[in-house]
Amino acid sequence: MTVVGSPLGGSVDGPGGTPGVNPQAPLARRNPVAKLGASTVLALGLLLSVDVVTAGTALALEALALPWCGLRPAALLRRCGILLLGAVPAGVAAAFFGEDAGPDLFALGLITVSEGSLTAGVAIVLRILAVGTPGVVLLSTTDPTDLADALAQVLRLPARFVLAALAATRLVGVLAEEWRSLSLARRARGLGGTGPVGAVRTAFGQVFALLVLAIRRATVLATTMESRGFATRQARSWARPSRLDGGDVLLVLGAVAVTAASIAAGVAAGTWELLLA
Amino acid sequence: MLLLGPSGAGKSTLLAACAGLLGEPHRVRADGVAEHENGGESEGAVLLDGVPAARARLEGSARAGLLLQDPDAQTVLARCGDDVAFGLENHGVPRELIWPQVDEALRAVGFRYGREHPTSRLSGGERQRLALAGVLALRPGLLLLDEPTAMLDPDGAALLRAAVRRIVAATGATCVVVEHRVADWLDDVDRVVVLEPGGGVVADGSPDVVLQLHGARLAQQGVWVPQHLPVVRRPRRGSASSAAPLLVARGLAAGRPGAAEPVVRDVDLSLGAGTATCVTGPNGAGKSTLAYVLGGLVPPAQGSLRAQERLARGLPPEPHRWRPRELVTRIGSVFQEPQHQFVASTVEAELAVGPHRAGRSPAEVRSRADELLERLGLARLARANPFTLSGGEQRRLSVATALATRPDLLVLDEPTFGQDSRTWTELLRLLIELLDEGVAVTAVTHDRALVDVLADRELVLGGVGHRPLRSPAVAS
Repeated sequence: MTVVGSPLGGSVDGPGGTPGVNPQAPLARRNPVAKLGASTVLALGLLLSVDVVTAGTALALEALALPWCGLRPAALLRRCGILLLGAVPAGVAAAFFGEDAGPDLFALGLITVSEGSLTAGVAIVLRILAVGTPGVVLLSTTDPTDLADALAQVLRLPARFVLAALAATRLVGVLAEEWRSLSLARRARGLGGTGPVGAVRTAFGQVFALLVLAIRRATVLATTMESRGFATRQARSWARPSRLDGGDVLLVLGAVAVTAASIAAGVAAGTWELLLA
Repeated sequence: MLLLGPSGAGKSTLLAACAGLLGEPHRVRADGVAEHENGGESEGAVLLDGVPAARARLEGSARAGLLLQDPDAQTVLARCGDDVAFGLENHGVPRELIWPQVDEALRAVGFRYGREHPTSRLSGGERQRLALAGVLALRPGLLLLDEPTAMLDPDGAALLRAAVRRIVAATGATCVVVEHRVADWLDDVDRVVVLEPGGGVVADGSPDVVLQLHGARLAQQGVWVPQHLPVVRRPRRGSASSAAPLLVARGLAAGRPGAAEPVVRDVDLSLGAGTATCVTGPNGAGKSTLAYVLGGLVPPAQGSLRAQERLARGLPPEPHRWRPRELVTRIGSVFQEPQHQFVASTVEAELAVGPHRAGRSPAEVRSRADELLERLGLARLARANPFTLSGGEQRRLSVATALATRPDLLVLDEPTFGQDSRTWTELLRLLIELLDEGVAVTAVTHDRALVDVLADRELVLGGVGHRPLRSPAVAS
């Protein structure tokens, strides 16, 4: 008989141990707040207009930076799957049902795809990818603990909330285990296997049971944290320093440059159009 | 110091008060009773180094550390070192002092991993020692332990006790332990205090004297007192090897979902009517995983598990392919955590779920529920919500729900975990009755006493190699 793993294997692990991710890559090891800032700059810049040239330029420039992100292409593609899942239907819907302009390419009943609506569809897909990819890189290469340290020390968000949220994220893995036990327990009680209505009723009961268990766990966790001096009147120190350095400033400036270049390209091509105007 | 008393005596509340967790009263009434913001009331005061405990905690001067029962819920952060450092950060300890203190605390509890080790990969025993290190890093003068080993396997519990013993000897800290299993701590305590519900302190003195005077009474209340341990015997009729097999495993392997490798392999097992099989082994050896497979809840990873015709009664031989309502009349599973199994809003309704799903008539459902309520001493709780029951009551109810559909085979995961001696005795008597009725009982357990009383055969999992089934040395 062989023993493999621990009884709680399968809970949340830090990204350090995730296959396909190198947390020491030049961009991956930047301060989480800098990564967050860079993603936000790109997102805000790209939200101003929906056009193929701006979004396409941004995506191309981001692709150039990928080798330094510490994500292997396969790992990145897997993680971007969820983005495509949202982007492609949105693009198709825009192409099919969007405002038509220019010559029609084909028509089928109510659906008309014109050159204008097809361009809009492509632009939407590119924009979602250009905004989403930095987010995916941020989430994949950032350890939640480091993010919390950065939010509290660099952005000076209230430590009490940041740390409580961080502790709660660890419980998510525990709850995933509980959910599985609950599912098996329902089968052991003779529930399930009765079609969709029964399944919905069983699921509701299971959610309720999970909530009860979650509250119980959270109460113990809160007691533990309080008994170790959390949320008291004293000033807190930080075991892991988190501060911005030159590299972090460069990263944010880089994001500003990419955004500016994309918008400039869009304006130059005449496709850039302020959404709110 | 060992703190004893029946459940409901307020042992945990007293520890929480000592840790300053009950908060400062927001007003004190004329009769001297203090009211707290959460609606609680307190009288008198708990002073730590001369300061009320709650104020001491808020000011960060409290030198009291608290360790609770549930290892899973006491891990705060994702990396071991960070988790230990958490308390030091809260107390504003300068960074250059934090890491040496973290390393010292990890060493003191005999921790074999580095600071970077992810807490998600720890076993229950390791987690509990990590939590102890987190408490210890604050250099408490008062160490408060609330049933710290109740959820650990025997090895994990022994390591934790050894760590506590070393720490108390090295630091000279005062240690207060709440524990049902008296024998575990008896050699290490100088003083035993007994609490009564509503009665406060009824005894306070040296272990010998207090247990001499109150041992019998405490044992009656469910405390495991060395000279008054419960005695249960199973009369043997006939030989286990001649029992008709119900479920036969050949080369069975079981794995966790998503895991590439099974945790348990090469299990050959025959579960016969009226026989008891115990599965033992350390935490992480895959005992629960095996129980899920034997219970027909998940398919085997490899090998075969075949129900014989006596059990299958016309269904295909693989239990995991049976529909839930077919499963419950053949194999009953009792989970380690009773709350996982509760699906109804009253005890009575809980017992009706299985039989109803199995298609029994309302009259039959009703009479079976009444019979089980009576047999398991739950009759007065028929209308209570299952989640509001005590630990022992929840355990009995979870067994009753599995019995409601009269399965031929009962699979129990750690049925006696954390139970007091009263519930333990009742549970064993019930299992013996079931065996006499011809039910096959399989229990996954750490409980040596249970194995000794019950088992016809024991399967030991884990470690390197494979210890085959053995029959414990029990006179037949």
